[in-house]
Amino acid sequence: MPFGLLKYGLSRRYPAKKHFGTPGDLKSSYDVVIIGGGGHGLAAAYYLAKEHGIRKIAVLEKAYLAGGNTARNTAVIRSNYLTEEGVTFYRESLKLFRDLSNEFDYNIMYSQRGQLTLAHTDAAVRSFRWRAEVNKHLGVQSELIGIDDILKLVPNLNVSADARYPILAGLWHADGATARHDAVAWGYAKGAAERGVEIHQLTEVTDIVSSGGRVTGVETNRGSVSCDVVLQAVAGASSLLAKKAGFRLPIVSYPLQAMVTQPLKPFINPHVSSTQLHCYVHQTARGEVVIGGGSDPYPLYSTRSTLDLKESLLGHAAEMFPFLAQVRLLRQWAGITDMTPDYSPIMGVSPLENYYLDAGWGTWGFKAIPICGKLMAQCIAERSAPALMQPFALSRFDRLEQVNEMGATAASH
Amino acid sequence: MKLMPCPLNGLRNISEFICAGELKDMPLTTVDKTVDDKAWADYLFNQDNAAGIVREWWCHSATSYWFIAERHTVTDEIIRTYPADEIYKQRVDFTPPPVPE
Repeated sequence: MPFGLLKYGLSRRYPAKKHFGTPGDLKSSYDVVIIGGGGHGLAAAYYLAKEHGIRKIAVLEKAYLAGGNTARNTAVIRSNYLTEEGVTFYRESLKLFRDLSNEFDYNIMYSQRGQLTLAHTDAAVRSFRWRAEVNKHLGVQSELIGIDDILKLVPNLNVSADARYPILAGLWHADGATARHDAVAWGYAKGAAERGVEIHQLTEVTDIVSSGGRVTGVETNRGSVSCDVVLQAVAGASSLLAKKAGFRLPIVSYPLQAMVTQPLKPFINPHVSSTQLHCYVHQTARGEVVIGGGSDPYPLYSTRSTLDLKESLLGHAAEMFPFLAQVRLLRQWAGITDMTPDYSPIMGVSPLENYYLDAGWGTWGFKAIPICGKLMAQCIAERSAPALMQPFALSRFDRLEQVNEMGATAASH
Repeated sequence: MKLMPCPLNGLRNISEFICAGELKDMPLTTVDKTVDDKAWADYLFNQDNAAGIVREWWCHSATSYWFIAERHTVTDEIIRTYPADEIYKQRVDFTPPPVPE
């Protein structure tokens, strides 16, 4: 092995080709400025360049590429939501995810393991039946299963009747999957950069310049830029950027804490989550057990860690898999989740004419990266919102037509 | 656990409290003014969601005591808590306008 490494180090293949170069100074004007270099912003840039031939695009990222919520989510990909609008939308995202490695010629480590949600109350069983029927009707694989089938999927789950909250049934979603979250962003960045998109890191937008209800450009820490269209894709700072653009959003930002344990041999294949315990567990390809839950109890812009949340989350994880109590935590982190009142995202037009929103992604943003990028690109290129994203327009709140998404991770069931 | 200084109960664990959102002025339907859906939606849904010092309604759930807290949403510090009558000194009149005949 050391000789192999030395040989590689001296060969022509080293250093490996960079996925995307570093563009020089900012140009004075672009067709489209995308604020936020995470999965969503990069995907929109990629599809704009690839499918709509718009290549004079700048992606402005205040820190480093995909270092915000794209790096902080727990990489769960699923489409077993409850509303017709939600299920159809995420179903299309899953279809795109499955093909992404081929499309990029870059391995995003997509792995379909299925997702199992546990019910501990009659009310949860009822809502699972509802979700399963809605899902099946829309072509998504979901079914209500009993303890025997749960044990076949996850043999080491604690299904004892003596548990604090005994398990009654499960919602099995065979389409559930995971992928390497960084690779998804890098794949989009690589594809976008190859088509001429400029990705500017360490470039913070300090102000949005507008006149007569239209955006004319943005001010950044590296100078000002004029543009025809702006797309805001800054999960965790949506309200703060919208304020610079001059309007408010129906968003409250909460931290969401997650953690991983030391690596273990493979013992859990699917994602396992519990609505009652507000806890979800899955094992990564590296063997680390990822543990996550709902958002923090009060709004905050800090990604600090709290012992309370660790205690309750780990207590619940240990109730599902008692032997996890013996395992050490390896690391923990938090992301800022932009929660909307109906647990659905906000996509499309804003009060400013040529300023588009990709916001309100709460705890459900990662799984939507491909479809949201594709639809936002179409929306910007054609100046009209595709049917699939219309239910999620900001104006739904004015019309009192919210999309109440009870299938969202943080929704209180 | 983080402690919240409750104006009624003193220092208590923050898990005993519910954060009920930022202080806003409710649009009032009065005799000479009606409120349209858009203004209601704005009041109900839109938030400042500021990064910095915010003023919010909080409730101590065990005693159902409502009060106002000022806290910093970046440093997670609670700056001050006080009873609501420090701000709301007068009774709000909710009497609806007369129904037109």
